[in-house]
Parts: sequence; C-alpha cells; structure tokens
Amino acid sequence: MANFNGYLIISAILFSIGTIGVLTRKNAIVVFMCIELMLNAVNLTFITFSRYLGNLDGQVFVFFIMTVAAAEAAVGLALIIAFYNNKESIDVDDVHLMKW
Amino acid sequence: METLFFLIISLVAIVSAILVITCKNPINSALALIMTFFCLATYYVMLDAPFMAAIQVMVYAGAIMVLMVFTIMLLNVRVDATKKHAHSILFGLIIGFFTLLNTVIIIFKSRAALPTGPYNAEMIKSVGHTELIGKEMFTNFLLPFEITSILLLAAIVGAVILAKKKI
Repeated sequence: MANFNGYLIISAILFSIGTIGVLTRKNAIVVFMCIELMLNAVNLTFITFSRYLGNLDGQVFVFFIMTVAAAEAAVGLALIIAFYNNKESIDVDDVHLMKW
Repeated sequence: METLFFLIISLVAIVSAILVITCKNPINSALALIMTFFCLATYYVMLDAPFMAAIQVMVYAGAIMVLMVFTIMLLNVRVDATKKHAHSILFGLIIGFFTLLNTVIIIFKSRAALPTGPYNAEMIKSVGHTELIGKEMFTNFLLPFEITSILLLAAIVGAVILAKKKI
C-alpha cells in the first residue's frame, strides 16, 4: 500500500485552496463551492485515517458529512436565491444589513 | 506505477481546485469542482473504499453540483471582471499559506497510533466494502443515522419556506 502521507498532504492542500477561495472571492456561489471543497478535503482525511487504522468509523462519519453538505446545499442555495430576489446581486459585500 | 498514478491524479486535483478559485465565470468554477470530486473518488478507490467512491460520484458530482449549476443558470448573474475579489488577495494567501504550513507540520511531526482495527485490505476485498459499511452503520451508528433523517427533514422544511414569495 502506498504511503498515507501523500493523501494527507493532498487533503491539506485542497483545504488551504478552499480557505483562500472563501476569504478572497466575491461571488456567493463560488464561496459556497469553496466550502464544499473544504468539506471534501476533510472527507479525504477521514477515509485515509480510517483505512490506516483499520476502522470503519471514519467512513460512516463521511456519510454524515455528506448528509450535512446536502442539507447545506439545499438551504444555502435557497438563501442565495432569496437574497438575489431582494437585492438583485449575489455579491457577499452587499450583505451588510447587520454590519455595524 | 501506483505512485505515478497517484501523482497524476494529484496534479489534476490541485490544478482543478486552483481553477475553482480563479475562474471568472461561476460555471467554469463548478465544472472544475466536479473534476476535483472525480479525483477524490479515485483516491477513495485507491484507499480500498469503492462504496464511498460511488457515493461521492452520485451524491456530490451528481446531486449537489447539479443543484449548484442549476442555481447559477437560474440566477444568470453577469460576469463582472473588475470586481471579482472581495478582500485583499494578499491576506487570503497569507492565511491559506499558514493553514497549509500548520497542517503539514502536524502531519510530519506527529506520531500516529498503530493500526488497531480488524479491517484490512484482504478482509474488505473478501467480505465486500458495502456490507461492512452497512453493518457498521446499522449497529454502532444507528442513533446518529436516525438523527440524520431529522436533519434532512429540517432542510426540506427550510428550503420550502425560503422559496416562498415574500421573505
């Protein structure tokens, strides 16, 4: 079996790219996709450690993360559409109603 | 051979992940993200988890990304190239770099525990990955599985309420 460090490093790189995207992009849907990328990086870590430890608990947790991601996609995209109906924009800078 | 394959898949995964955050058009970002999901499914197969790879392709690349592409096409926001980034790119790069540095240091400096579980590659191949996952999920994780259904119900109700005419 190949070394497991490679998978963990790939996971770390994908997570960092997702972080950069969340912090720098302006389009709300792209921010959303970057969050999905971060969730997937964590999934890869879970499955790597599950395989290394010979324990299937991590893979069951990946199921739950996928469920949370599906719920998040449904509700988050509904929120984005509702916001677009109000403001005609999906820029995250336009969401400043509660900004101090 | 396996190492070469791993490196090729890693290259594709990282390049498409970078394309996700650099493309101007959200549709291109979505397609690059689907490519990343397929690379992750390949990793899952290489890690002896074929059922998770199937779920990854069906749920992520199939359902969730179709929902996102549908939303992008429904809203039809015009691409504004001059105001692509919200905040300073430098700050984002610094924070992302330190996240990566932190994780890599942890990976190389920490000592992992020895393998303890009973599931090795031969057992997974002989019994079948799907059967093992099913047994695990419906015995040890039965209560979290039931709670997940309540989460999905709440998501359905939330989406229906948010999609009404007046908020």
